[in-house]
Order: sequence, then C-alpha cells, then structure tokens
Amino acid sequence: MDWTWFHRFGSPPHFYRIAGTLIPWFAWLAALCGLAGLIGGLGLAPPDYQQGDGYRIIYVHVPAAVLSTMAYAAMATAAGVGLIWRMNVAHAVAASCAAIGASFTFLALVTGSLWGRPMWGTYWEWDPRLTSELVMLFLYLGYMGLRGAIDDTARADRASAVLALVGVINLPIIHYSVDWWNSLHQGHTLLKFAKPSMPPSMLVPLLLLMLGFVLYFAAIVLVRARGEVLRRERNARWIAELLGAPS
Amino acid sequence: MKVPSAAVVSPGKAGWRLVQRDLRLGFRRPGEWLQPLVFFLVVTTLFPLATSPELSRLRDMAPGALWVAALLSSLLALELLFREDGQDGTLEQLAVSGLPLPWLLLAKTCVHWLLTGLPLVLAGPLVATALGAPYASIPGVFAALLLGSSALSLIGAVGAALTLGLRRGGVLLALLVLPLAVPVLIFGARATSLAMAQDPMTAPMYLLGAIAVLSATLAPLAAAAAVRISLE
Repeated sequence: MDWTWFHRFGSPPHFYRIAGTLIPWFAWLAALCGLAGLIGGLGLAPPDYQQGDGYRIIYVHVPAAVLSTMAYAAMATAAGVGLIWRMNVAHAVAASCAAIGASFTFLALVTGSLWGRPMWGTYWEWDPRLTSELVMLFLYLGYMGLRGAIDDTARADRASAVLALVGVINLPIIHYSVDWWNSLHQGHTLLKFAKPSMPPSMLVPLLLLMLGFVLYFAAIVLVRARGEVLRRERNARWIAELLGAPS
Repeated sequence: MKVPSAAVVSPGKAGWRLVQRDLRLGFRRPGEWLQPLVFFLVVTTLFPLATSPELSRLRDMAPGALWVAALLSSLLALELLFREDGQDGTLEQLAVSGLPLPWLLLAKTCVHWLLTGLPLVLAGPLVATALGAPYASIPGVFAALLLGSSALSLIGAVGAALTLGLRRGGVLLALLVLPLAVPVLIFGARATSLAMAQDPMTAPMYLLGAIAVLSATLAPLAAAAAVRISLE
C-alpha cells in the first residue's frame, strides 16, 4: 500500500493548505447539522412524558459528553502518531485538541449539573459518569499543565504525548473503577428515567447534533492546528512565500 | 555507537547492582525516606482532630483517611525518586549504558518502594487500629496496602519521569499522578473497608493486583520514554 499521502501530512505547508480547504466544509456542515438538530430538538421533538421540556438539555449535554471522550481519543491518536513518526504536525494537532476537549468536558459537566438540579434535585451527584467526567477534566488539565511547564516545544510535545498515551490506557480503568465504586455505595434511585430507547423524533435531532458537534470539533481543531503550525514554523520560507513577502 | 559495558554486565546483574547502590544511598540519608512516613502519620492524626475522637465515627472514615494519606505521602516521596539522579547525571549514564532503561527504572522504583512504600505498609495497620479497625482486620489492611502502594509507586514513577527537571514540578506532579491513581484509591479503600467489616475482600484485591501487575509491566516503559525525552 502506498503511504505517501500519510507522510505528506507531515509536511507543514501541505497540512496548512489541506486544513485551509477542509475548514469551511466542516464548519458549514457543522452549522447545518447544528441548526437542523436544534430546530428538531427544541421545536419539533415532543416533550418527554416524565421530564417535560427539561430533557431538552440532552441536545447539548450528550454531544458535549461524547465529544469530551472523542477529543481525548483524537488527542492521544495524534500524540501517538507524533511520537512514532516524529511528525511535528501531529503534535500540533494534539496540542490543539487538549483545550477544546477540556472545554467540552467542562460543558458536559455544567450542563449535566444544570440538568441534575430539576431531575435529581441536586446540582452535583456523585454519579459514576459525572465523576469519571470530572477525572477526565483533571487529565486534560494535567496534560495542558505539563505542556505549559516545558518551554522547549519539541520536549513538551513528546512528554505530553507520553502522558496522553498513559491516560488513554488509564481512562477505561478509571471509568470502570468509578462505576464499580458507586454501584457498591448506592443504587441509581434517581436515574430510573433513563429509557432504553427514544422515539425517532427525539433521536434524530440528537444524532444530528452529535454529528454537528463532531464536525465543529474538526473545524476548530484544524483552525487551531493551523495557528499552531504557523507559530512553530514562523521562521520557515514557505510562510514568507505564502504571504508574498520578498525572500 | 556500541557501548562496551553492555557486553560486560548483564541486565540482571546491573539491575541488582543498581538496587544495592540505591539502597546504600538511601540508608545513608534516613531522613529523606522517613519524611513520607512521618507525613503519613501526621495526616492520619489530623482526621480525628478535624472530625471527632469517637471510634465508631472514625471507623467509617478510616479506610478513606488511610488511603488519602497513603496517596499523598507517596506523592510527596516521588520527588526523591529521580531528582538526585537526574541532577548529577546518573540517569543520563543509565540511559546511554546500552542496558534496557525500563528494567533499570523498574529496579530504581522497587528500591523507592522499599524505602518509602514499605514503611507505610508496615505502619498502615497500626494507623488503622488507631482509627478503630478491629485487630482481625490487620492482615487484610496490610495486604491491601502492600498491593496498592506498589501500584502507586509505579504509576508515580511515570509522573516523576515526566516532570524531571521542571521548575514547577511539585504541583504539576500531583496534577498528573492523582487522576491516574483514582482506581488504586477506590479499590484500596474498598478492600480496607471490607477487611474492617470482616467481609471477604477478594474482588477488590484481585483488581488491585491486576492494577499493580499492569503498572509493573507498562509503567517502566512509559517512565523510560519520559526519562529519555527529558534528557534530550
């Protein structure tokens, strides 16, 4: 199999150009999916028979929670690629994922606790999912802290990549241990409303919004990664040529 | 470049010599590795002072207090693991020696555990008894701490290697290691509370053992990668 396309991604000018072409596509599709999902979710979907209109926060909460995990997976994959093939661009992508992933994790926590207030009667419940989400936020913060503490970019890239990979091995362990921890402490007396299935009128907007969030994530990561590549390559010839500066 | 010493010393022998060297260095400075132990005792003393001296109430939070204190004190001890050897160039010599670096770091981590983890394991049952654990629970508390503290040392080695030579290393080390130590904390405290209730504690012990074995196999590899990065 021909792998040149893969290695070409390692070239900053190539990545910069490709990312520039992809961003509008991702962004417009994200806006489209998001708009359709919001209309469907907030306007067309029927109220829940138990939660009334309160359940509609699901349309922000669930995509944010999915994205918080996905962003970590994307970050660890990019970090692994950067570590194995010594690809500077991949490290730039990993660096861009962290802050966005942390924001989505924070969003999932905030919307979850806002949802918890009317449904469970409390802003914070030591529910396993909430708790492992919180631990995930700490992992993101640790990753960003390590990156920020090392001045040399190349060293920061590789050290934080090792941390991201260690975290990826640990995430499932943390998730299941937290699950196990809480299931022994108390049952989900207040979580009974979780229904096995949703009617399509509720599910389709949710899926649309998830897709929209993923596309939005892709667009924002590429925007940030482009900036990161520019910062790292600030002395390179191709940037000068791109800007039409006399060399 | 081929390093001649690799051919002379086998990895097993080198690991053993490293263990002897680190133990000797450790015994010359007892103050350093006694500090985490004293810290552990002080923190566990704070819990009754902050809540209530009633044994019945202390008994409920004894596992939590024991494990939080053990976790914090192992965190405190981690700074001793690579700091000195990183500063005087020993780690660099180990890295270029041609011997498998993960293996050498595993040896160093073992000594670190012997000097800072084992005292906690030995003091743990004493502290648990002081917090109201029945005498019959001593073997269980001991076994849980034995597995848990070795896992903590191994996980911590990765964090210590990643923060090697950083200016703001201490707080960052806590931020890196504590989330990764969550499973050990959960299963360790669970096993301890089961031991105190005289219930079978096999399930959390199996999981603690699994975490310890997994960290013994993977953590040295990650630590070696991190040490090499920090030496660049």
